[in-house]
Amino acid sequence: MGNIALIMIIISYLALLFLVAFLAEKNRESKWVNNPYVYTLSLAVYCTAWTYYGSVGIASKSGIRFLAIYLGPVIAMPLWIILMRKIIRISKQQKISSIADFISMRYGNNRLLGALVTITCLIAVIPYIALQLKAVSETFELLIGDNGFYTKGILFDTTFYIALLIAIFVAFFGTRSSDASKRKQGIATAVAVESLLKLVFFLIIGIYVTFYLFDGTSDIYEHAAKTANFKQLASFGGLQEGFNWLFTICLSFFAIFLLPRQFHVAVVENQHETHLKKAIWLFPLYLLLFNVFVIFIAWAGNINFNGPVNADYYSLLLPLQKGHTTFAVMVFIGGFSAVISMIVVSTLALSTMVSNNLVIPYGFVKRMATATPESNSSSVKNLRRIAIFMLIIVAYFFYVKFSKELSLYAIGLISFVVISQLAPSFFLGLFWRRGTAKAAKIGIAVGLLIVLYTLIGPMLANTNAPPGTMHASGLFNLPYLTPESNAFFWSITGNLLCFLVVSVRSKGNYRERNYAEMFVNNSNYENLQENAFVWKGEAYVADIRQLLNRFLGESRTLRALDIFNRRYGISEKEERADARLINFSEKLLTGTLGSASAKMLLASVSKEKPVSLLEVLTILEETKETKATNKLLLEKSKELEQLTALLKSANQALLSQDKLKDEFLDTVAHELKTPITSIKAASEVLQDDDMPKALRKRFLTNIENDTKRLTTLIHNILDLEKLSNKRAELELKRGKLDATIKRAVDGVRPIANLKDIGIKLEYTRSVYAHYDEDRMLQVLTNLLSNALKFTDAGKGAIKIQMSSFGDEVRVAVEDNGKGIPKDEHRYIFQKFYQSKNQNIKKQQGSGFGLAICQKIIEGHAGRIWSDETIKTGARIVFTIPLEK
Amino acid sequence: MSEKKILIVDDEPNILMSLEYAFKKKAFQVYVARDGTEALEIADEYFPDVVLLDIMMPHLDGYETLKRLRANKKLSHTKVVFLSAKSKEADLKKGLELGVDSYETKPFSIKRIIAKVEDLIS
Repeated sequence: MGNIALIMIIISYLALLFLVAFLAEKNRESKWVNNPYVYTLSLAVYCTAWTYYGSVGIASKSGIRFLAIYLGPVIAMPLWIILMRKIIRISKQQKISSIADFISMRYGNNRLLGALVTITCLIAVIPYIALQLKAVSETFELLIGDNGFYTKGILFDTTFYIALLIAIFVAFFGTRSSDASKRKQGIATAVAVESLLKLVFFLIIGIYVTFYLFDGTSDIYEHAAKTANFKQLASFGGLQEGFNWLFTICLSFFAIFLLPRQFHVAVVENQHETHLKKAIWLFPLYLLLFNVFVIFIAWAGNINFNGPVNADYYSLLLPLQKGHTTFAVMVFIGGFSAVISMIVVSTLALSTMVSNNLVIPYGFVKRMATATPESNSSSVKNLRRIAIFMLIIVAYFFYVKFSKELSLYAIGLISFVVISQLAPSFFLGLFWRRGTAKAAKIGIAVGLLIVLYTLIGPMLANTNAPPGTMHASGLFNLPYLTPESNAFFWSITGNLLCFLVVSVRSKGNYRERNYAEMFVNNSNYENLQENAFVWKGEAYVADIRQLLNRFLGESRTLRALDIFNRRYGISEKEERADARLINFSEKLLTGTLGSASAKMLLASVSKEKPVSLLEVLTILEETKETKATNKLLLEKSKELEQLTALLKSANQALLSQDKLKDEFLDTVAHELKTPITSIKAASEVLQDDDMPKALRKRFLTNIENDTKRLTTLIHNILDLEKLSNKRAELELKRGKLDATIKRAVDGVRPIANLKDIGIKLEYTRSVYAHYDEDRMLQVLTNLLSNALKFTDAGKGAIKIQMSSFGDEVRVAVEDNGKGIPKDEHRYIFQKFYQSKNQNIKKQQGSGFGLAICQKIIEGHAGRIWSDETIKTGARIVFTIPLEK
Repeated sequence: MSEKKILIVDDEPNILMSLEYAFKKKAFQVYVARDGTEALEIADEYFPDVVLLDIMMPHLDGYETLKRLRANKKLSHTKVVFLSAKSKEADLKKGLELGVDSYETKPFSIKRIIAKVEDLIS
């Protein structure tokens, strides 16, 4: 393929990226730019050329070992919901713009620590950038069929110009605002688009190789099985290999948090915490998809190429070999995307760190304190731009000088080992209050030295040796570990030990302690006003205003202070600055200058007094107390709420009981009025002296009967109330139920005989049960009376059945009378049951009987109901337990 | 003045007995009925001048009986008095809406009822 054509493709692709970034910047608030998918895809900046090409290389030589690099992040992702949310909250609260700022702030805005973290990141990332350039360069050469490498000199090397273009891109979109903690939607969106492209192109080439060049996965397997060292490639290497896996997984676990570019996309570019929810499953899915075809491409390469070709580039070489240039270009663009996004985000993050943690706090800050806001803003921006170009140029020279012979995988791993040195101070700092700045510095330094000695040293010394031989002997010469695993193990052990020991033995100053508390316990301090307890001293608002003016400009300062005064209800005329204003201003400056410089600047306009340990403890205690009180209050209010709900429902119950009572009283009144009316009317007519004697006697008998009726009614009402309120004690005794039934039947026999109604007992056995005999007689008599009342004289027949079912005895009283209306079976046991139509009068005497029966049977722990299945007549059934 | 006809409707035989005696004493032609259906039959046959009507009765209640009495054109002159233990305003209002002429709550005074009836038909 022609040199010019490929360059044209590259340039138009870069132009496309500029356009995407430009449009995204223009529509910063659009939902196309601010959504969890863009967020997740931008996380995929993790997949660089190392993934895109290097995995295939590793898979072709060492089998599935490449997977370990992706297992770490997959394991880490579920933890993100807790861990990353905490990190994001702290960062947004404190306007943190990089991992160096994050760590240095945790340890009390320590300037040296910030610088050390920055240097660690530079050591880790510059070779990594070089590696990306190498990938571009090599794939470019492969595509145009030239093996000349960089021998033509810088000015004729396409890679150099590509690097410069990338630098321009970052400088243009990455430094629009001097506040580095602001999100950069343009870059994030461009990265997301690239992540999508590289995945799609890689999948396409995977499918092309697997299903076009071969007949699917099993076909490749069969072919590959015939290659020389296949067995070794398709299996695990036992325990030793297990250690290497473990360490590689650990490395990648750390890297997903600590790599500057990952911190940038995951934390600084995070728009909303909820985006994490989507990312925790979508990102692992992305990684999975990316790795599906790696092994097949590697096998296909091993089958097709035997010569000294670079296995990393199988995905490019395979289509080239077959003459499918379009596919090859696609692969190239995919890899190019991976490269660009990595370089863009890395240089962006690093340039912020270099300016805010390395340059400004060392020297620049004093000069800036007296300069104008415009010049400060532009010097910050220019500093970053210079840093961006410097980083890329340094990376380019590193690539020219060193990376010629190194594999992508080796440099990638070294980079991971270096960056993992931040892990102890980063992770433990989030959860362990005791960690101090001194410990963090010593730990990182010791870890770095070990890595230098075991990995980087040998690498620099042996750049000309073939890969693999350069670091043959690790520390303590553990033969079963790869050099990277060995270096990782010893460096992280040394680092961690130093961190722990120094932390335990030394005591941090008040700032460290306070920030430690804030980071570890961040949920407690989120609501504390500007985390005000970390500062004490004397300062004047005018000085601070002047300082802010220099960096933010007058209008922004005015606006910020206005917001501050309004939020805390502070008068504009207030002259003294309190801790809240100091912290507020520090935060404002942190975004632009980094935490260390912000601290220094504020120190220059105020007289800070150290906060003694006692004071800190008091403040913490107070906060804790407030928290405890708040918790107590919350509990109390919850209790109150519950109580209110309880009262409400009790009230409801009372109301409905009230209504029931009302209805009950109404009915009672009505029932009482009838005999009283009758008595009154009779008494009135009896006053007539002319009344014949026989009639007079009849009226007097009526009065007597009505009085009896009244008495029974009152007795029944009282009885029912007593039973309802459980005040009536049942005298449960063991007795023969059949004997009791017989007594009841004997009681009503005279009436039955009078009406010529037969009563039949349909059982033969005796049954013993525990019951109150008088009450049982009441029930039975009532049921029998009802049966007699509702059956016609002469034609009636009453049956009584008794049988025991399991642990209960069941008694049924059945008649062949007029029966119970279909829809009223359920209501007949209610007090004063009346037919549906309230004004239709019930049969006489049935107002209470069944209600009383029900109460008595329920008092025996039994049930009573009306059999709805019976066709003629009524059948009332009740049960009582056989034993108590 | 010709003999006035009165129909007394109540399901309580004792109450019925007392009222029957009292109105006979006052020279009324007295008819009695134990429920609404019976009352309608008697009214249709003898078109009484006054009906004393209980509300709570089996089968056909007082309200329904009143409605049907009012629907009978032969009974346009008939006055109806409710006799009921129901004394709530809602019940009263319902009776008035249906066109009852008077209302007496139980327990009532027979003297008062006689006075009211005589007043209604004079």
